[in-house]
Amino acid sequence: MILVENLTRKFGHHTAVNNLSFEIKSGDIVGFLGPNGAGKSTTMKMLTGFLPISSGSISIDGLDVDKNAIKVKHKIGYLPEGAPAYPDMTVYQFLHFIAAARKIPRKERALAIDSVVEKVALASVLNKSIENLSKGFKRRVGIAQALIHDPDILILDEPTDGLDPNQKHQVRKLISALAETKIVIVSTHILEEVTAVCNRVIIIADGEKRFDDTPLALQQRSKYHNAMTIKLSYMADISGLLELPGVADLKHDKDTKRVTIFSEEQQDITAIIQDYVHKQNLPVDLIFPEQGRLDDVFREITRSQVAEGEVS
Amino acid sequence: MNETFIIMRREFSSFFATPVAYIFIAIFLVMSGVFTFLIGDFYARGQADLLSFFNFHPWLYLFLVPAISMRTWSEERKSGTIELLMTLPFTTLQIMLGKFFAAWLVLGTCLLLTFPLWISVNYLGDPDNGIILSAYMGSWLMSGAFLALGICMSALTKNQIIAFMLAIVISFLFVLAGSPVVLDTLQHWAPNLVIDTVASLSFLTHFQDISKGVITLNDALFYLIFIVVCLYAGYVIIEQKKAN
Repeated sequence: MILVENLTRKFGHHTAVNNLSFEIKSGDIVGFLGPNGAGKSTTMKMLTGFLPISSGSISIDGLDVDKNAIKVKHKIGYLPEGAPAYPDMTVYQFLHFIAAARKIPRKERALAIDSVVEKVALASVLNKSIENLSKGFKRRVGIAQALIHDPDILILDEPTDGLDPNQKHQVRKLISALAETKIVIVSTHILEEVTAVCNRVIIIADGEKRFDDTPLALQQRSKYHNAMTIKLSYMADISGLLELPGVADLKHDKDTKRVTIFSEEQQDITAIIQDYVHKQNLPVDLIFPEQGRLDDVFREITRSQVAEGEVS
Repeated sequence: MNETFIIMRREFSSFFATPVAYIFIAIFLVMSGVFTFLIGDFYARGQADLLSFFNFHPWLYLFLVPAISMRTWSEERKSGTIELLMTLPFTTLQIMLGKFFAAWLVLGTCLLLTFPLWISVNYLGDPDNGIILSAYMGSWLMSGAFLALGICMSALTKNQIIAFMLAIVISFLFVLAGSPVVLDTLQHWAPNLVIDTVASLSFLTHFQDISKGVITLNDALFYLIFIVVCLYAGYVIIEQKKAN
């Protein structure tokens, strides 16, 4: 369990993380979102004990990060931003060094390396120097070193950055497959990654927490959540739609001949719309429900507060 | 202890993973040969000892040790591996010591590889091998002082070249402090206390007896304390700067 209370980090006059509090339990896969410079990496660096805390506290399984640094570090697997690794070592040498550093007993090291190499598919480059690897392989080496000691807590700073779609899919699958008893914290810029992998989302901006709930709740924030879009074969009178119970608004796109119907309080209006279309014999080619548009929600969450901040 | 050893092993093998260590050793051996035979007049002195070899060690270390020490922390910080290293279950002190001992071992290897000189001098005459051994030990100890200073400078900056230059300049001050040039200049106006202090901080002064094979407690302590102080200063700097 990770308990963060009133965490603050200042760099000179700049407050990178401001009064951040949250609690993460086993089984949580947390998507850590925020604009660039929001304080994501800074928070992760404090969680892993790399950066000292200005004020507040972090406790991991009841251990204070500052006072029990070594014990806490044993529990955590960490992929720092940019997946740094020693370029002059081969992948095998590097993983062997990490295994030794992680105090994996000598006899089990080969096994631990084998298992992690299989998990992230590194067998083909095992004896290559890290400096000669492609970006995707380097990232996977970084993930491998974070996983090698089977940590209870896995903190990954942008694990899919620079990977191609296949590799991204692989990494997401890997994260989802991690035991349910673990804590995983993933920072990312890619919003669909969060809905694909995480069961919890924390959004921070300007060092402050803006959102902390499930990915579904994030989607529900979108105007488009539970909205319906219909495509008309030719123009027809659809004003009647507005009279339907639960319909809040219509948005007509003349170019694509599509009409998006927004529901009141994001209730499910599928049945009502289908029924109406059927009864009125509207010339509908296509009818489909909308997903919440995360990009919009993300912008709204991270921006609106900035505007407020400027006013106050 | 085990942790320090793990870091030391990684650092040591990383010196040999790239040409750095080989080039360094080659230059070290060539330079020490040049100093001993050409400048030190090894043959002309007609004595079966290695004084002409050891005499030049402070000057040899002045340029060569910073080349070994400059990468210690600068590279870690520049490439970001410092974040990886320091989130592994190591303390900063263990990392510092691991890095220091690895580089010190490289310097020790260099000294060991000068053994043909020792063979030559034994072939040519009948030297006191005890003296030679203690001079070797003393020289290694002094190289540790240069090294600790260089590591401290490397902790200061992400730029290896700056670390290299800083290490040379500051080492130079410590070497020069005991040279006649500095001491003669001071003689005219400075009180004896100042002159003694300056001289006592010099690598040269403390190496004079060592090069003759006499390791006094005073000299050994000077180098040991110098090493500890520099490494501690580096430790403080890294704790402050690691995230910048």
